[in-house]
Amino acid sequence: MILTSTPTRSVGPLTALRQAMTMAWRSLLQIRHKPTELLDLSVQPVMFTLLFTYVFGGAIAGSPGAYLDFAFGGLVVQNALFLSIYAAIGLATDLRQGLHDRFRSMPIARSAPLAGRLLADVVRQLWSFAVLLVVGFVLGFRPDAGPAALLGAAAVLVVFTLAFSWIPVWIGVLARDPEKVQVFGFVLVLPITFTSNALVPLDTMPGPLRAWVALNPVTAANDTLRSLLTGTTPLGPPLLATLAWSAAVTLVFATAAMRALARR
Amino acid sequence: MDDNAIEAEGLVKQFRGNVGLAGIDLRVPAGSVLALLGPNGAGKTTAVRILGTLLRPDAGHARVGGLDVVARAHEVRGLIGLTGQYAGVDETLTGTENLVLVGRLLGLARRAARARAAELLAEFGLVDAATRPAATYSGGMRRRLDLAASLVGRPRVLFLDEPTTGLDPASRVELWAAVRGLVDGGTTVLLTTQYLEEADRLADDVVVLDRGRVVAAGTPDGLKASLGGSALELRPVLADRLDVVATTARDLARGEVTVVDGAVRATVSDPDVLPAVLRRLDEAGVHLAEVSLRRASLDEVFLSLVDTPSRVDPTPRTATRTGSPA
Repeated sequence: MILTSTPTRSVGPLTALRQAMTMAWRSLLQIRHKPTELLDLSVQPVMFTLLFTYVFGGAIAGSPGAYLDFAFGGLVVQNALFLSIYAAIGLATDLRQGLHDRFRSMPIARSAPLAGRLLADVVRQLWSFAVLLVVGFVLGFRPDAGPAALLGAAAVLVVFTLAFSWIPVWIGVLARDPEKVQVFGFVLVLPITFTSNALVPLDTMPGPLRAWVALNPVTAANDTLRSLLTGTTPLGPPLLATLAWSAAVTLVFATAAMRALARR
Repeated sequence: MDDNAIEAEGLVKQFRGNVGLAGIDLRVPAGSVLALLGPNGAGKTTAVRILGTLLRPDAGHARVGGLDVVARAHEVRGLIGLTGQYAGVDETLTGTENLVLVGRLLGLARRAARARAAELLAEFGLVDAATRPAATYSGGMRRRLDLAASLVGRPRVLFLDEPTTGLDPASRVELWAAVRGLVDGGTTVLLTTQYLEEADRLADDVVVLDRGRVVAAGTPDGLKASLGGSALELRPVLADRLDVVATTARDLARGEVTVVDGAVRATVSDPDVLPAVLRRLDEAGVHLAEVSLRRASLDEVFLSLVDTPSRVDPTPRTATRTGSPA
């Protein structure tokens, strides 16, 4: 067997992609060994959807059915944001266990470990989105969307959550502690999704809060998803806002995270 | 290309004002084992991380396999295997999966990666544990899996950072055997250790680091001979002849002479003085109950070199630091 003892100069883009996919495979393999994670990916979205539709739905929208039509897009975004911490948790674990040093001492693309984590997150997001669509359908939500709109919704979700996940990644690199990343999930994701128009219409809120909610990037993402899934609201402005926010968050936090990672 | 697998000149690294390395030179001939010996904070790990391309030196140069570790880091990574202080394995994955992951990353096809994994698991006695998550492994098994993961790419140069810290004696001996096997196969090994015994057993050359500096270098035997000298102990049958024995020892041995518990102890740099001492005592009619001449242990050499608070210990002879990473 001929192996890699011969030096190579650098890694081409195709090789880098293959290595990132190997890393993603490993990341998803972890799910097989920790099936509880699959529960997180499946039960959590079902639970939230049931909870909000049947506990709050009647009070907010008059009936659970009417509420689901309003809230489904927001529930999808909220759930996706909850999942956006997986890459960071994985990376923090690798940093702590010394595995990241092994990867860095190997002749592979520098980007592979993190790119693999993010790729695996895309799979998680798509899986969870599919689960939610099925649950929504069972509960009576009928998306007025063709395959193109559904694909578009999935794409927006992936772009938005990938951008957003750079924040926990940055924290994970600094803290090197998966538990701190998890805590972060609650102290940031919970308030930022609840102070959006995901679950409650904007016009029911008091003035100052309304100003923030209107500005909140999660609101933009909610409206984009709503538009793509129901076709009743305009798509352009929220989509542009979502993409702009995604670009800005990526620019700031990906830079910070990469810098912190290189500084070790 | 020259015969040195690892070369370092004037490596300097500072961490927020603290000296990690204060300018060290290293030379490791291909196929040999170098032990970096030193207490915590001596700079051993920093040196390994620089040579393993994980850290850039502030000053100085290092080459592995003739390639600069900074300018040609990627190529260096193709030559080396690195086992850090913390086992670099994915605890959620099984032994096989861990090794297949490394193989796939190195460009092996699926089947080849699986074959190489099976080969290494067999070599390191992990076949029975191959399908269990690494989280269920004992400390020794995890270290062996870590070492196996470093070897998937058949590296020419292997870095082992405190490979046996925290292992029980049996696991330690197993790991030593594994390392010796690799060296027999032509691998160059640089290992760090706080254990003198480990350096003595495994290394062709030892470099003693203290506070980021090289305080001694040589073969284990050479270090013992040149720095420790030999300890001579003479015990006369009759305690009242101690004076005569001490005087004789003082005449012939150049080092310090002490009288302890009815015996005379002297440090001699040249073991050949023993016959002369015995002849002289025989002529003086002194009968000896006990004579011993032994080479200083590496412990004694180490303690005499490394400037640590433990040197203030009033009984340095009994205070061996080998077993307790402070």
